[in-house]
Amino acid sequence: MATQHSRSAARLMMAPAVFLLLVWMLVPLSMTLWFSFRKYLPLRGGDLGWAGFDNYVRFVTSSSFWPSVMTTLIIVGGVLVVTVMFGVLLAILLDQPMWGQGVVRILVIAPFFVMPTVSALVWKNMFMDPTNGLFAHLWRFFGAEPISWLSEASLPSLVMIVSWQWLPFATLILLTAIQSLDSEQLEAAEMDGASPLSRFFYIILPHLSRAITIVVLIQTIFLLSIFAEIFVTTSGAFGTKTLTYLIFQRVLESQNVGLGSAGGVYAIILANIVALFLMRIVGKNLDA
Amino acid sequence: MGRIQLKQVKKSFGDVTVIPPLDLTIEDGEFTVFVGPSGCGKSTLLRLIAGLEDTSDGVIEIDGKDATSLPPAKRSLAMVFQSYALYPHMTVRKNIAFPMKMAGVDKAEQDRRIEAAAKALNLADYLDRRPGQLSGGQRQRVAIGRAIVREPAAFLFDEPLSNLDAALRVGMRMEISELHKKLDTTMIYVTHDQVEAMTMADKIVVLQAGVIEQVGSPLELYRTPRNKFVAGFIGSPKMNFLEGPEAAKHDAHTIGIRPEHVEVSTTEGLWQGKVGVAEHLGSDTFIHVHGVPGCDPMTVRVGGEIPVHHGDTIFLNPNLEHLHRFDAEGLRIQ
Repeated sequence: MATQHSRSAARLMMAPAVFLLLVWMLVPLSMTLWFSFRKYLPLRGGDLGWAGFDNYVRFVTSSSFWPSVMTTLIIVGGVLVVTVMFGVLLAILLDQPMWGQGVVRILVIAPFFVMPTVSALVWKNMFMDPTNGLFAHLWRFFGAEPISWLSEASLPSLVMIVSWQWLPFATLILLTAIQSLDSEQLEAAEMDGASPLSRFFYIILPHLSRAITIVVLIQTIFLLSIFAEIFVTTSGAFGTKTLTYLIFQRVLESQNVGLGSAGGVYAIILANIVALFLMRIVGKNLDA
Repeated sequence: MGRIQLKQVKKSFGDVTVIPPLDLTIEDGEFTVFVGPSGCGKSTLLRLIAGLEDTSDGVIEIDGKDATSLPPAKRSLAMVFQSYALYPHMTVRKNIAFPMKMAGVDKAEQDRRIEAAAKALNLADYLDRRPGQLSGGQRQRVAIGRAIVREPAAFLFDEPLSNLDAALRVGMRMEISELHKKLDTTMIYVTHDQVEAMTMADKIVVLQAGVIEQVGSPLELYRTPRNKFVAGFIGSPKMNFLEGPEAAKHDAHTIGIRPEHVEVSTTEGLWQGKVGVAEHLGSDTFIHVHGVPGCDPMTVRVGGEIPVHHGDTIFLNPNLEHLHRFDAEGLRIQ
């Protein structure tokens, strides 16, 4: 047990870090709140005074608001489903002893190191291009009409690109979880007459539930704010405008900082609603 | 129902042979214990019987049918693991029901068997808890319950008591023995603890480096160990071995005498030595005697308490009826 003395020393030593973190978080947050109540148009006169709730009303009543919320949720949900599903399968695959395991594992992790902008451009130009992309060639090889991915199937394409980036993360966490499974449990299930499929559903999947929860929570935080992938592929066209992208357009394209800030506050609220639901659904898995 | 026969069964991992070809028959209803020091291949042998490892050669027959290439689930054997291997996310009830669910037993029958097992193992109050909320002994019982409900031809136990504390171990030992009497099913039990082997077994199989050293009832092994290894392994404290001139007097390379077969005297005796450490257990006292020719220290058992101190000179009289003689290869001389 810590003594009174060591406790106060600990507090004193933690204070700078806590202070820095608070400032780091509170300053941008209060600035966003402040601007969201101002009529602030940098190129059209700057700060034009108090705006009340005008920005909030305008942001929500804009015809792009609800579609953008939907798009955000679809992308986040889609990527979560894809990464968790394939992550589990890949983790099981990588857990099998095989030749060249080390190299394969590094290759699997590699996409995570590619910058979002770069990977999105690679996907856009090398895979999804309707005339020269690999997919177009593949489609033509089988005599099919190439799909213009980013305009005809814009959301699935984006989900695909983002999933590709986040799959390594999910795989890595799930792989470590699978490796911690007691092999005697699998053997016991085998003796109990469980087929490989039942062993997966009754033993492996429940064992992974906590890791899956962590993957879902962490990915959600990052996926709610994806931007670069949309910026370099569709620029928000073809129904790919997420809430983040809408805020960007309001602030930089319309040069309306007040309106964008109000959008930022909505984004915070949305993130919290999502977090609340997630904790309700999967949070119990985190209890020991 | 549960006769298990191993014919020339061999197991090797790569170039390393863990179990050289081996023959063994386990009769129906018998409580057989595989005992030996760690790494002697006893667990591997059990896993071969269970089907969790493939045999490299030879035939395993269960009830006269070749089971060598059958998957574990088809051998109608149930196993209790050292770590219990309970499914942590399932309640006790679901854990016990799992093998029946996999076998497609109908719900009413499942409930009936769970109730019966819970009653037999004192688990009725814990059926809705999870393994994490149970003590070691209770987990052990759940693991046994999960094995019982399958109504297997034979039970396999892989060091099931090694994670329990000493007092609980004695209790569970009794419970497993009781269970065997009640079910009258073949049981194969692996342990490194010769006390467990002696107290529970109908038949003990002593293994060393994958080789069966001796098979027999506990008292057979105690009275007539086939070689020095078995003589030293069975019995606690272990047998004293004397080499050199003392052994030569009995026409043997080595002679062995158990601590309980040596009488202690303060005045006269065949051997003389100095008292080293004395372990007072209350009912018995074990004295380590130094200076006996050919054996240092020699352990002797004295019933009750005896007033000897460190450094005292005492005399020892072995009971020659219980003297074991071994030749240079360590084999028993009749």
